[in-house]
Amino acid sequence: MQQSVTKKITTGELIGFVLLAAFAVFATFVSAKAWTPAYAFQTSIMAWTAAVCAFLVIRNYYNRPAQLPPREIDGKPNYYMSPVRFLTVASIVWGLIGMTVGLYIALELAYPHLNFVQYVNFGRLRPSHTNSVIFGFGGNILIGTSFYVVQRTSRARLAGYLAPWFVAIGYNLFLVLAISGYPLGITASKEYAEPEWYQKLLLTVVWVTYLVVFVGTLMRRAEPHIYVANWFYLSFILTIAVLHLFNSPTVPISLFSSKSYIVWSGVQDAMFEWWYGHNAVAFFLTVPFLAMMYYFVPKRANRPIYSYRLSIVHFWALIFIYIWAGPHHLIYTALPDWVQTLGMVFSIVLWMPSWGGMINGLMTLSGAWDKLRTDPVLRMMVVALAFYGMATFEGPVMAIKEVNALTHYTDWVIGHVHSGSLGWVAYISFGAIYCMVPWLWNRRELYSLKLVNWHFWISTMGIVLYISSMWVAGIMEGLMWRSYNKLGFLQYSFVDTVQAVHPLYVLRALGGAMFLTGVLIMVYNLWMTITVDELSLTQAGRPGAPALVPAE
Amino acid sequence: MSLMSKHYILEKNVILLAVAAVLAVAIGGLVEIVPLFYVKGTIEKVGSIRPYTPLELEGRDIYVREGCYLCHSQMIRPLRDEVERYGHYSLAAESMYDHPFQWGSKRIGPDLARIGGKYSDDWHRQHLKDPRSVVPESIMPRFGFLFHTDLDTSDIVAKMKVQRLLGTPYTQADIDDAKKDIVTQDTDNSDGAADLAKRYPGAKSRDYAGLPRHVTEADALIAYLQMLGTEVNFKTYDDKANIR
Repeated sequence: MQQSVTKKITTGELIGFVLLAAFAVFATFVSAKAWTPAYAFQTSIMAWTAAVCAFLVIRNYYNRPAQLPPREIDGKPNYYMSPVRFLTVASIVWGLIGMTVGLYIALELAYPHLNFVQYVNFGRLRPSHTNSVIFGFGGNILIGTSFYVVQRTSRARLAGYLAPWFVAIGYNLFLVLAISGYPLGITASKEYAEPEWYQKLLLTVVWVTYLVVFVGTLMRRAEPHIYVANWFYLSFILTIAVLHLFNSPTVPISLFSSKSYIVWSGVQDAMFEWWYGHNAVAFFLTVPFLAMMYYFVPKRANRPIYSYRLSIVHFWALIFIYIWAGPHHLIYTALPDWVQTLGMVFSIVLWMPSWGGMINGLMTLSGAWDKLRTDPVLRMMVVALAFYGMATFEGPVMAIKEVNALTHYTDWVIGHVHSGSLGWVAYISFGAIYCMVPWLWNRRELYSLKLVNWHFWISTMGIVLYISSMWVAGIMEGLMWRSYNKLGFLQYSFVDTVQAVHPLYVLRALGGAMFLTGVLIMVYNLWMTITVDELSLTQAGRPGAPALVPAE
Repeated sequence: MSLMSKHYILEKNVILLAVAAVLAVAIGGLVEIVPLFYVKGTIEKVGSIRPYTPLELEGRDIYVREGCYLCHSQMIRPLRDEVERYGHYSLAAESMYDHPFQWGSKRIGPDLARIGGKYSDDWHRQHLKDPRSVVPESIMPRFGFLFHTDLDTSDIVAKMKVQRLLGTPYTQADIDDAKKDIVTQDTDNSDGAADLAKRYPGAKSRDYAGLPRHVTEADALIAYLQMLGTEVNFKTYDDKANIR
């Protein structure tokens, strides 16, 4: 029975509309008085987005039914999945952009003539690559899966009506501003924290809203216990907020300029930066992806988590110890020795809690190992865990002072980062995306498992090419820089090493191209999954449908 | 394991879980970072480090804008080969006025911490315009556009005011004369050169990019590169006094 209720505008809609409209006017004013064309362009993007969103809020108010969607329908939670769908698509789009830019800058290092105009110079594009893959591809899928997982594991509808959409759109506006800013020369130059002051302010507002939505959803949960994946997501949201706040206090030179100066300087700035930088790896690229692992691996394998006790121990050990490891980025620099030593020791200790997560994930497959033969999606997630184990062993080794003396400043670091980011972060995300897309778009399964298989093998070979070429390049650079001839003089000039690594840079670009090819196959597969009518695909017509075979 | 069985208290309460998680991550950061602000000797006592001149500051901002730090470190480690290749290892004091620091993390090109005075201005001009004309194996991008772009000095006063707010010891005279100082430092045999060198010890005035009557972005960048690592006299510097 439809009750006749008079439609009322909610407080959220009213405040949202007023703030967005006011901000649109304010940003237009700033844009008109901006000191540089680049800043005028960026502020006008903000103005337009705010204006369009204000309009959408009102249009949605007129089009929606009188009552907001209920939290439950017939005693079952009425999940709020439209923001999750948006975030999943955004993640894939940013992934394509970031990996394409990554391939281009890899080619620039092999063929410097590709730096044909300042806007695509390596120094300007490299932050666009790192930011689109880490914060665009990674960030969107993290927020997306966190919204999905927190609802399912709490058996509760996502908190807020407009707030989740504010998070999704606000976060992507932040990405557009930051990533289009670097080619235009707008950068704060702190690695992985390059966004300028107004972009960082926007992110702060979005992030606080994200925390409120996430905690709000946990608070209305129907389950007595908070599921382990949500501990990891919560710790990710909180710690990223802390890191962001302390690494970003800048003073803009004017409201009308994009330029600002960071409050910290020199050695303290370096310490804040790598405390942030390393823990961006920890709390952005590890902790929440473990959350993803804790939901999607057991779901896909249809097995419970191996050990509840291990998950408690490794969660607390991981978050407590990770934060200490930052100074290993500054070994043998002008940072005081005692901090460097602390960083090194805790990096080595970190090996154990890291492997705790890997073991818990891998052992979850106990009794289901046969699925690796038939399910390439699960295989992808298991290989992700293997890469996670490998990278978290390699990291502590590289943090030992004597090893670091060789590896620091070389391409080994680039190889290490990519074995973690391609092998672990991207693979566990692909696994989650392959699981989640059919669920979100109400499909029984993926369009083609055979294509997942192609994606898996092409990109795995790409990763192997990438990391092994960078290992060889890095060790060669380290050894050539420190090699002496018989007379006791340095044997090589710097540029000798640049010349020596050229073939390896070509191989690395090839590895990257293969990885990107795999992603393109995934995009096609997902596109077909979403758009092709289920009924037209009979079991026989579905490409690569697994034939049922008895386990041996 | 009674402690394990108590974990359900955190698992059932979002706020307690959040507080515990923040406490767990706060400890490491506090222990490692807070002492850097008050432990004596974190920044060596050197005495000869001065703030950047307005022209050098503009050059530094161009260095930041172009992402030079992504390929060039400015941090020489105390290892035999690095000291022989690049010069005395870097001191924390040498970046004490660097907002933000530019130590870098990767050497696709060589370290630049002591590049100042190592090559002539002419070499830098040629190298920035076409790196492969002086180093055939180089993979550096070309920066010829810096020579066609006039330096925007309209924001220098605002920049120096913020720097002063953050602790860089610019005097009121330094800020008032900033625009004049830029022209002075970029002119051969300029009248104000002596006064500039008095306020900024060691500051050299000459036409850096070789484009008379023009202050281009290339002028600013070369002026910055040519002063890097030149502020400490290592003939008289006592290594032992600052062991930490």
